[in-house]
Formats: sequence, structure tokens, C-alpha cells
Amino acid sequence: MKTLNITNTIKLVAILCISTFTLSSCSNDHDDELEHGTEEELITTVTYTLTSGNNVVNLIFTDLTGGSLDDATYEVSGSLTANTTYTGVLKLENATESPAENITLEVKAEGDEHEFFFASSIADLTIEKTDTDVNGNPIGIETSVSTGNAGTGTLTIVLKHEPTKPNDGTSANAGGSTDAEVTFDISVQ
Amino acid sequence: MKLFYYCVFVCCLYTTTSAQKCNLSFKGKVTDFHDSSIIIGASLQIENSNKYATTDFDGLFEFNNICAGKYTIIIKHVACDTKRISISITEDTFKDITLEHHLNELNEVIVKTNTKTKITSVEQSLKKAAIDNFTDKSLGDALSTLSGVSSLNTGNSIVKPMIHGLHSSRLLLINNNVRMFDQEWGDEHAPNIDINASEKITVVKGANTLKYGSDAIGGLILIELKKYAVKDSLFGSTISSFNSNGFGGNINSEIVKTYKSGLYAKLQANYKQFGDFKTPDYYLTNSGLKSINTSFRIGYNGYEKGFSAYYSFVDNEFAILQSSHIGNVNDLVNAINNKKPRVTEDFSYDINFPKQAITHHLAKIEAYKRIKGFGKLSVQYDLQINRRQEFDLRRGDLRNTPVIDLRLFTNSLQTDLEIDYSDELKLNTGILVRYQQNDAIAGTGTNPLIPDFDKYEAGAFATANYKLNFDTEFNAGFRYDFSRIDARKNYNLNDWQETYNYDELFPEFETGVINGTRIFTKPEFTFHNFSASLGFSKSFENDISLFINYGLASRMPNPSELFSDGLHHSAARIETGLLTINKEIANNFIVSLERNNDDFGFVISPYYKYIDGFIQLIPVGITTTIRGAFPVWEHNQIDARIFGIDIDVNKKISERFNYKGNISLLKGDNLSDDIALIHMPSTSFTNSISYTKKELNQLTVRLQNRTVLQQNQFPDYNFNTFNAIQQQDVFVDISSTPPAYSLFNIQTSAVFKAFKKGSLKLEFNVDNLFNVSYRENLNRLRYFADELGRNFNLKIKINY
Repeated sequence: MKTLNITNTIKLVAILCISTFTLSSCSNDHDDELEHGTEEELITTVTYTLTSGNNVVNLIFTDLTGGSLDDATYEVSGSLTANTTYTGVLKLENATESPAENITLEVKAEGDEHEFFFASSIADLTIEKTDTDVNGNPIGIETSVSTGNAGTGTLTIVLKHEPTKPNDGTSANAGGSTDAEVTFDISVQ
Repeated sequence: MKLFYYCVFVCCLYTTTSAQKCNLSFKGKVTDFHDSSIIIGASLQIENSNKYATTDFDGLFEFNNICAGKYTIIIKHVACDTKRISISITEDTFKDITLEHHLNELNEVIVKTNTKTKITSVEQSLKKAAIDNFTDKSLGDALSTLSGVSSLNTGNSIVKPMIHGLHSSRLLLINNNVRMFDQEWGDEHAPNIDINASEKITVVKGANTLKYGSDAIGGLILIELKKYAVKDSLFGSTISSFNSNGFGGNINSEIVKTYKSGLYAKLQANYKQFGDFKTPDYYLTNSGLKSINTSFRIGYNGYEKGFSAYYSFVDNEFAILQSSHIGNVNDLVNAINNKKPRVTEDFSYDINFPKQAITHHLAKIEAYKRIKGFGKLSVQYDLQINRRQEFDLRRGDLRNTPVIDLRLFTNSLQTDLEIDYSDELKLNTGILVRYQQNDAIAGTGTNPLIPDFDKYEAGAFATANYKLNFDTEFNAGFRYDFSRIDARKNYNLNDWQETYNYDELFPEFETGVINGTRIFTKPEFTFHNFSASLGFSKSFENDISLFINYGLASRMPNPSELFSDGLHHSAARIETGLLTINKEIANNFIVSLERNNDDFGFVISPYYKYIDGFIQLIPVGITTTIRGAFPVWEHNQIDARIFGIDIDVNKKISERFNYKGNISLLKGDNLSDDIALIHMPSTSFTNSISYTKKELNQLTVRLQNRTVLQQNQFPDYNFNTFNAIQQQDVFVDISSTPPAYSLFNIQTSAVFKAFKKGSLKLEFNVDNLFNVSYRENLNRLRYFADELGRNFNLKIKINY
């Protein structure tokens, strides 16, 4: 080691550096930026279909850009009939993908980790979850909706990921993280 | 060299074939290698003979009447390394001989309390024994025992050090002379350092360390390795630690081989695992961690020249409290209102989602050469690869896919020239070039929080240290850094044009590619940073010294401050960077009056910082998305002022009892808005009393109390939001701070003889002795859960 040559060491360092700089600049010309463009977990569309015989009411929420709801649309196809029981079915989609991805299937498959919650400002409106997960707890993709007296108000639908199950039926006490929260203006006539 | 051997060969021939000529003279001159000064009174002896000589006032010596032949000369001088040289005498000979005055360069660094990185800087350090106490904890935990240093936590295993309220990109972290680049921009990104690999960790307060960068607005953390003695030796140590809280621990082993030639090698490895930690009342579900670290060093430690190569690998996997994964602001309100986290399950070692998985490779190679009568030149190349993956709770196929997947590659080449031939004036200068590349790895199914970018840097610095007399020194320095960042990022077209008006501010960044609602841009920024420092130190009688420092530092915005744009789940907030953010410039003043004495010592260190264009992340409004309402946190720039005082005291009460205490007071102001600065540490103080009985196996018992007061000076960023389910506004209290807390710890240790020359050290500690429930303001998960409850810790350290 007495004969250790400092200039050799410096040369080695220099070669290492140059090769690294060269290698890194080679790997640099990847242009995969455009691949990053899609937000795959996005829920763009929430459709709540209420059916009672031939009477069908659709509540449709759409926000194709994700992010702020400034450009979102809420479409309610008509009013509900008083003192009637409807069958409710929820459908969540990501329409930025083609064909649109049906997210309801994922929620159903992971039913024990998800639950929908419903809340309405119309006192007489009751919504009961009719489907269950593997543990026998409600999910809420399928519901039974009973209207009472006429009135107007809002209906809020919340999808929670990893809520406490079973729970007391309110989203506030179920915890978890909110994957979707949509409010429609509805009327019962 | 060849010529030398040839000579020796010829001489040998000559001496064996010719008759002995014994009337030759050997003369010479002895000088100091370092500054070529004459060495008077050096003694020279021809080995195995009774011939002696001494150098005179001109450094000259003379041996007369010696026979031709090959001799070994032993040269000795007080304060110099004894030198042996071989010489062949065939005729009258004159030889210049140099001696080393600077023994410490070759020997083990004996860490004294007053060993400073720079003589005039204000700093505090942790030595190996103190570092060993934190073998199973993080760098941030270890440093927060120093006054003026606190930590910004995410849970209890992700701990970021904070100096005088400043953290992340405002602190430089220098690991074995390599500046760490590990995506330190995020509040929840802890430095990837295994403290077990280090010998000494120094915190330099203020911005007076230009050697490493111009942007040390908060200060610098210097992690140093041990310098080994030049001798043949093989030694090592193993330290294992077990903790009741988290039911886990750590095992660290290292082995060192050194040679008399100056060669050395060290191998170190560390494994750490913990399960769910526990507060006094419940388990913190999903709070465990797993960490594997290893480092390897090899080098040649000569006086005139040497080299070293170092490689370290850190692999960390941190579970993040499951209850902290929330959706929108209503979930946050629920979490704040519920005193207990929503998920509290039984103990488990499982690391589920959300979690962070990080690997960090660091490699460096360094060589130095000392130039006679001038100084020392070093060249260093280093390379780092940091891969950060953050996993959230996701649905379906994306379940095992990280939401953040970034790879940061950094490599730097730097030179350092120390001109130290003069005792009064020492100069240090160097240049640096660095290339950095960030790759937002495709396939996460999200828009990357930090875009792809390339960054180029070049810098040069010069510092001078002038010793006016034996007790007064001045230091001054200047540094310039150039940096350029070329990024590639997709923006939401609406944000680009309407929200931020970038289409008018930065039309040059547009590429013309618009893909649906997204616009592809290439932002490019160039910064020129200047920094300067001035230091003064003076020693007085009674071990008292005074330090005065001024530092000017400037920092370019980091990529998150410029580009971040997205949802942060654990904080339930949308974080936005702004392209309009400019660099921040800080003026730092710090004074330190110190008495370095075991019987009664103190450090009183007031400081004042004024930061022009301080970049902060604050809530600015609310955005409602499909997931519900989120507060939007935006980076903005204000003028800030931080001032305070750190006080440390140590007092020997009696032969066996010692007292130590410190207090840190700090006030941070947002001068632009005339309110307090966000996330500033509150007043804290530590008192400890220790009992030592050296003759009884070096028994030490220490009782420590740490009290952190409530932070009453905080900006009020609370807001109201509409809760769709309750159909009413709810109040979101994100600003109010948790109450004061006071914790007691006990540490005991004893050393036993083991094997022939080894030793065994046993330690038993209790943290949070009274199992106090508390929350810490600077823990980002304080909305969700309490801090840790009582912990029993057992450590066994074996030296061999």
C-alpha cells in the first residue's frame, strides 16, 4: 500500500463520475410523462336508480374532470311518489376510461371493507340496505326506499372505505375514509 | 520507486563487495512537513548503534565517521510522530527530513467536549455513548435531546429533526461528508439514516457552514464516522435492545480491522423491528416498523495521502396509523371529536396500508493528498439513489400499488482545498458539481405529487479562519451556487389557465400538447444563490468562551413548493405548490456564551433570524370533490422572524451526583400577516439528576424529566364547512394545540468485564414512567391518537 498511487485513485474517481453522468443522461430521455395522465381511482359518475313498477327515477351525478366540483352536474329525472316503496340500485363508474369502469363491482367484491350511507332531510324518507357482505353486514348497493308524505329536500349518499362494521348506521360514527359523497335535491309528491 | 530499489540493490552489492570505508559523513536538515519550519532539537539515532545527533538552531544535524552501508535512522521530536527512515550511505550524504507535527491527523479522534467543526461556530453534539442510547430509535429522536432541537413527527417512527423551528429543506444533513438527498421536502419524510453507523452527530445552529451548501437556513446536522488509529487491531461490538412497547427492538453489530500501514475496513449491520406501539389506553393499530441497514467502509489513512470508500444501504418500512387514513374534512372532524382512534385492534407485527417503504443507497469515494508546506487537497465523488413508495388504502386492483412512487438519483463531485501551512490564517475553498434526476415511476394510477425533473447544480466557496491571538479567532466565508431545474408536468387545463393564470405568466413552459383536460408543460427555473458568513470567537479565563455568528443563506424552492398538486390522505388536505414561488433569503444572528467545565458549565445561546420570502404551507380555502370537502393548503411566501434562546446547564452536586438541564424558548412570527408562524415548537425544558459510582461497575442511574408547555402562539386557520349529512355547517378545529405535558424517564447502566479484553454493558431504562397520556403539537397525527405510553427497555452492549 505504500505504493498507492494517488493519481490513479483520482483517475478512477473521474472515470466513475464521467460514466455515471453519461449513463444517467442516457436514461434521461424517457418520455413517459404522458403515461402519468390518468387518475385511475376516480369516481366520475354516481347513478342511483329507484324503481317501483314502471315508475323509474334516476339520480345521476357526473364530474368527468375529478378535483373541484365546479363543473359537476346533478341530474334528477323526476320526483318520487309519496307513500311508495322503491327498489334502489347504486352504480359507480369511472367514465374517463373507455369503456367506463364499473367501480360498483370492486365495492361489491370488497363488501366487507365498504359501506354506503344514506341521509335525507326529508323526515319521512327511509332507506334500508338490502344486500349484505360476507360477514352478513349491510353494504348498500341495493336498497329499499320508502317514501312517506310529500316534501322536498336533499338526499346524501356516502361511500366509506374501511368503516367500522357493524355500526350504528350513521356515517359519522362508522369512521373510515370517504371515497364518495354526493348530495341530490329531491322531491316527493 | 524503481530507482530507489535499484539504488538499494547497487548499495548492497557495493557494501558486500567493497571494503568498509568508515570516514563518511551523513548530514541533513529536519523541517516540519506542514509548514516547512525548522525543527530544533530533534534527536536522531542510527538504529542499533550508539551514534546520536541533535538538530541545531538551523535544523541541521551531522553524523561523522560512519561506514558505508545501509542504515535505519530514528528521528524523534517532542510533539512529533517518531519517524524511521532507511538510508544507504556510499559517500558523504546530505538529506532533507520532514517530521509531522500533526499527530491527531493520524490517530483516533479523541472526542473532547470542545472539539468543534469550526472553531467559531455555535454547535452541540452527541457522542457515541449518547448515540448508543438511541440505537433502536431515529436520528430525530436522538437529536431532540439537544436544546433548540425538536422534531416534527408523523406518528412515532417517522421523525424529522427541527432546529429552531425549521426543518426539511432548510436543514442540511451531511452524512460522512455527503449531503443527503432523500426527498426531504415532505413533512412526513424522515431522513433515511441509520444512526448506528455514526460516531458523532453534531448540530450546527445558524447558517455558518458554507462548505456544504448555501441553503442551510435552519442549520446543519453533521454525521461523522470514526477515525481509526494506525495500528494492527481487530475489534467490534454488538448492541441489542429490547422494548416492551412495540414488543420489538434492534440488533446492531460492527467489526473493524485496522493495519499499521494505515489501511482499515469496517462492516456494520443493523436490524430493527417493532409491532404496534401502545398508548396508555390502546394499541396504535398499524404503527410498527421494519428496518434493515448496512454499511461498509474501507480506506487508507496516511498522513500525506489516503483514500476512503463508503457504501451504506437503508431499507425502511413504516406502518402509518390506520386511523389516520381519512377521506374528507368531515372524517377529520369526526377524528378530532372522538378522543379515541377509530381502529384499535390487538397487538400485531403486521405492516398494513397505509405505509411507507423507502430504500436509500449511498456510495462515496474520496481521496486526499497533502502538499508539503501548503495544505490538503481532497476530491470526493458520491452517488445516492432514493426510492420512496407510499401506499394508501385503495380499492380493487390498485390495492397493492403505491400512490406515490418516486426515485431520486443524485450524484456529486466535489473538491476541497485546505490551505493550512500558516498557523494564523487557514483557508478552505472548494467547488462542487451535482446532477439530480427525479423519476415519478409510472403505474401508480395517480398524477404524481412531484413531477419528473432534472436538476443541475454548481457551486464554489471560500472560507478563511484567522487567529488573531491564542484566544481570539475570526472566520469569514462566501459561497455561490447555481442551480437549474427542468421539470415535465401535466397540469389540469382549468388550473393552468383560470386558477393560476399560468398561461399568461409562463407561456414559455407550454409544449402545445393538450390531452383532454390536461396540458403538458415543461417548467424550467434557474436560480443564483449567494451566501456568506462571519464568525468570531474569544476565550476568557475560567473556561468561558464567547461565539458570535452571522450568516446569510438563500434557498431555492424545493420541488414540492413549486409543483405539488394533489390530495394528502393522512392530512385530509389538498396541497398545492406554485410556480410563482421564489427563493427565500435568511439573515441569521446567533451568540453563544459558554462555560465548558465539569463542575459547573453552561451554554447561553440567544438567536435571531429574519427570513425574507419564507415559504410556508397554510390553508387557504376549501375545495369540494367527489370525496367531499377538503381544505386546500397552498404554499405562499411571507416575511418571517424567529428568535429565541437555548440554555444548557451542568452542575456537579457532589462526587456522585450530577445535574443537567436545558430550556428552549422560541417565538416565530409571520410579519406579513402579523400572526404567529405555523408549526413552531413551544417552550420545553429538561432536567436530569444522575448518580454515578465508578468503582461499582460504573453504575449510573439517571432520573430525567422533560416538560413541554402548550403552544399558545399559533395562527388560527380554523374554518367552517358544510356537512351534507347533518345539513349544517360544522367547525373544523385544526389549529388549537394540545395541553402541556411532563414525562419522567429513568436510565440505569452498568459495565461488566467479559472475555479477556472485552466488556459488557447492561442498560435498563423506563420511558414515560408514569404512563402519561398526552399529545404533541408537532406530531402530524395528533388529531387521531395519543403518544406512546410507558416503555421498559433493556440494552446489552458487548465490546470485543
